[in-house]
Parts: sequence; C-alpha cells; structure tokens
Amino acid sequence: MDYTLEIMSAPLGALLERYPVCRDFLQTYGLEKLDLSLPLPKALEHDAGGLTADLGLSALDLTDLLNDLLQASRRVEETINSIEIRGGTDKDGNAENLNVTIRTGEIVSLVGPTGSGKSQLLADIECAARGDTPTGRVVLFDGRALSDEERFSLGNQRIAQLTQNMNFVIDVSVQDFLQMHARSRMLPQPEELIERCFETANALSGEPFTKDTKVTRLSGGQSRALMIADAACISPSPILLIDEIENAGIDRVRAVELLTGGDKIVLLATHDPLLALSASRRIVLQNGGIRAVLETNEAERKTLRELREAEKRNADLRRVLRAGERIGLCGNYTTD
Amino acid sequence: MKMLTVSGPPSAGKTSVVLQLAKNLPDLHIGVVKFDCLTSYDEERYEAAGLPVVVGYAGKLCPDHFFVTNVQEAFEWGQRKGFDLLITESAGLCNRCSPHIRGVPAVCVIDNLAGINTPRKLGPMLRLADVVAVTKGDIVSQAEREVFAYNIRQMNPRATLLRLNGITGQGAFLLAKAVEKAREIETLSGMQLRFTTPSSVCAYCTGEKRIGMEYQLGMTRPMVFD
Repeated sequence: MDYTLEIMSAPLGALLERYPVCRDFLQTYGLEKLDLSLPLPKALEHDAGGLTADLGLSALDLTDLLNDLLQASRRVEETINSIEIRGGTDKDGNAENLNVTIRTGEIVSLVGPTGSGKSQLLADIECAARGDTPTGRVVLFDGRALSDEERFSLGNQRIAQLTQNMNFVIDVSVQDFLQMHARSRMLPQPEELIERCFETANALSGEPFTKDTKVTRLSGGQSRALMIADAACISPSPILLIDEIENAGIDRVRAVELLTGGDKIVLLATHDPLLALSASRRIVLQNGGIRAVLETNEAERKTLRELREAEKRNADLRRVLRAGERIGLCGNYTTD
Repeated sequence: MKMLTVSGPPSAGKTSVVLQLAKNLPDLHIGVVKFDCLTSYDEERYEAAGLPVVVGYAGKLCPDHFFVTNVQEAFEWGQRKGFDLLITESAGLCNRCSPHIRGVPAVCVIDNLAGINTPRKLGPMLRLADVVAVTKGDIVSQAEREVFAYNIRQMNPRATLLRLNGITGQGAFLLAKAVEKAREIETLSGMQLRFTTPSSVCAYCTGEKRIGMEYQLGMTRPMVFD
C-alpha cells in the first residue's frame, strides 16, 4: 500500500486523525508547528523558518519518509501457533537427532548446568536459526523457515526476552512507562491494558507499589514483576524467552500461571526445580546439545505440589518476619 | 573490494560490533580505518584481533570533513593491502554527522543505554543508515527495547534493525549476512556522500577563541531570547 497520494493531498490534521504515528513523526522532525489545515508539502512551502533546509530534506524526501513510516507501521502483529526446533549438533559435533515442537499456551523449561547451551538455544530461537548458527539447528515458525528479510525485519517483534540482567534505565513513573510502551504499539485503547498490567505486576511482586513510583526506584522483585506483567499484557510478541529469573523475589507460582495457557509460547531457562517442573515439558541440555525432552510425570507433579506448599510457607514466613513478628507464637503462618 | 561505513555516538559499541562482525566473516581479509577525534584506544583491540588498522585523528577539524577528505586514500590503502572488505569506523561524531556514502553499506551503532529518546536526537547518521545495530539490549527491559526500536523506526523506517550483543556476539552473524550482500567497489572517486557535511565556515572554525559580536564572521545563527 502506498500512502504518497494521501500525504500529498490530505490536510496534516486529517492524517494525524487517521494515523496517530504521524504525531510522533512531526515531533521527531521538529515539524509540530506546521499548519495542520494544509497537506504536508504545502505546509512545508508555507514554512518560512527553513526547517527543511536544517534537516537537509526536501518536501519530497519528507513525503517519502512518512510514506515509508506508514507502511512500516501497519500493524503486522504476528500470530505464531508453533515453533519447531530441528536438532543440530552439540559442541563435539554429535547429532542431536530430535525435533521439538512447542505450541501456543505452552511453557517449556530448559535445564542443564551453566555452559550447557541453554542461552545458545534461546539465541537460536531468537534469530530463527537456519542451520547457520554454531549448533546448526533449524528453527521453524508455524512449520516454515523464515526468509532473511523476515529475520531482519525491523525490531524483531516475534520474540520478547526477559533476563536477570535487565534493568529499567529510563527515569519515569510506572504509569508513564506503561503508557509509553502501549503507545509504541499504537494500541487504540491502552488504558484498560495498562490497568491490568499494573494490577498483575502488583499481584506478582508481593510488595505493592503505586503507579507514580519511578520504575528506577522499584526493588528487584518489583522490577521483575513489572517486566513479566508487561510481557504478558502489553508486549505484542507471540514468543517469550525467559532466562533465569528464579532469584528475582517474585511469586513464581503465579508468574507461571499467568504465562501458561495464554496466547504465548514461553521458554524458560532455569535452575529452579519449582519453575522447571511447572512446565509441561523440559528440554535437558548438555555440552551444547539437547540431550532429552522430558514430560513432567505424575511423580514429578507430586513433587511440584510439595514445592508449591513449601514456597507458600516460605512466603508466609517472610511476611511475618518483615512485619516484625515472632514465628509460631500465635499461628501467624501456615503450619503443616 | 567491498566497503562498509560504521558510525554511532561515542561508547555505543562500534568497535565491539566491528570485531564481532569480523569474527563472523572468517573467510574475508578485513582491514579497518578508524576515524577518531582526539584519542583512541581501539587500535590495540583491532590489532589483538589480528585486523590491520590505521587510526586518524580529526583534531581540530570537523570529523565529517576529516572523514570525507581522507576516505578515498583509506580506500586505496585497503586496495593496496589486498583486503576483501574495508571497514571505516567513525567516532567522535556530532549528531549532525553522517559518514555514509551512496552505494556503500552504512551501519549505525546505537546502544539501548543511551536513553529511549536518543534515536530521535541523532540525525543523518541514523536516518540514512542501511542497518541500525542496537547494542546493550541485554541489560535493559524488553519494554524499553521495544520503545527504542519504535523510536528508531520513526527516524529511519527503511533500515534493517538488528540487536547485537557486542560481548557475546549474538546477532553479529545477521549483520555479517547483510554485509556479504554488499557489492564490489572499484573506486570512491566520484561517489557521493549521502548527506552534506555541517556548514561550518565561521571565524571559530579557523581558530578564533574570543567571545563577542565583533569576532563573529561567516556562518552564524543567532538564537532568539525574549
């Protein structure tokens, strides 16, 4: 679709109505003060300030740029229903000899010692490997390998990532942060999503925070909670890759519940038994290769229930201790 | 010989990106010309990686002017050395700079830590790049990465945007794929910059240091104060 004619003929004001992304465009190029009742090229002609000379761009260049932007901004939100990992080789060149298919709504955990290849597997998925990464794996999306163009596509919105090392850098409030993210997705009615995301984050973190808290002032647990809630509620990506969030101080049981059965495919690299067993399957890595794919069995599910109980008890104890109370005096925490 | 221009704000990770790129192009004989302002410590990093490098300092010259007046000679040096690929890395740039040449693939390196509005502050070096390599994405939140990418798209809807980890090299092989497609170039002579250099012909360009109306000659632009 080409927007050139529309840009040349429609008043800027009308364009802004139709395509909210135009507002950011005008702001980016310092063109907010143009006469909105005129089409872009006419408005530029009437601009005596020499804005276009400063930019080094002619009216035609700007029309082209806006056209490109509108084309690039068309909401091509991908839905992906499955990914398939076709085995490559481990660090010694031994073939993995297996394929793993993961479907929407499923969480799969990745387990194995440090250096076993968990992060490389996540990297293979992130770049839609086509046998051209060190492992030689091929990753198919809905049964097909992506073209180079798709792999390079702007921003790579297929995949969202969450790791232990991630921080908030920007110094804005939680409210502004979520608004900014929702806005970059060009969501028409972001308020509801922002509210849901905020509530979810608070439920996950255990320690409540307000919307006017600066994101840079959130505790480690609150930050992780907000990132997970944001990934679940606002991020458009159909695939979520999580790398070791066990020490984050969040309600892990709830986090897994939030991410299971939704519209995402979730891969979770972890050393934590509770998280590893919460997944329906786990991929076992060793020496850079996939050694096995194990379904969580009945005995393991029983262990998971015990772990959840222990987790709950632990959380209760933490709450009591934080409140300055003594343990076990007045039945103030769950006993067996 | 193929050529690639790499630009980006200071400390964005340009050298790391070039080194990771080189690792992903093991079959190519690669040389580097580093254009910097005052000092540079990158020579050692390139040499340690076994990449032949020449470093040039702009000193009091505008980095853009310095680049364009030396790039043809840099290219010829690369040809004499028999490189398959010559990479120019331009550092110390102002936001009005753009050492990108029509017909030569151009990479802009920009890092997620720079703040989400930085893409909007960078001018032609970002806007006219073919590939925007975003570094340090592993340490900022996914939401910020997405907003950052959105802001880059606002400035440059045409570019290929890729995330590249300068430490682990993740993403570098995608950049290598983009570079492999570049065409062979015979000479830079007659080719054109993608953007004009800053119009800096004033008394201060030529060494004036005194402040005041009577010393201002040439191109000036008075700000308006109420």
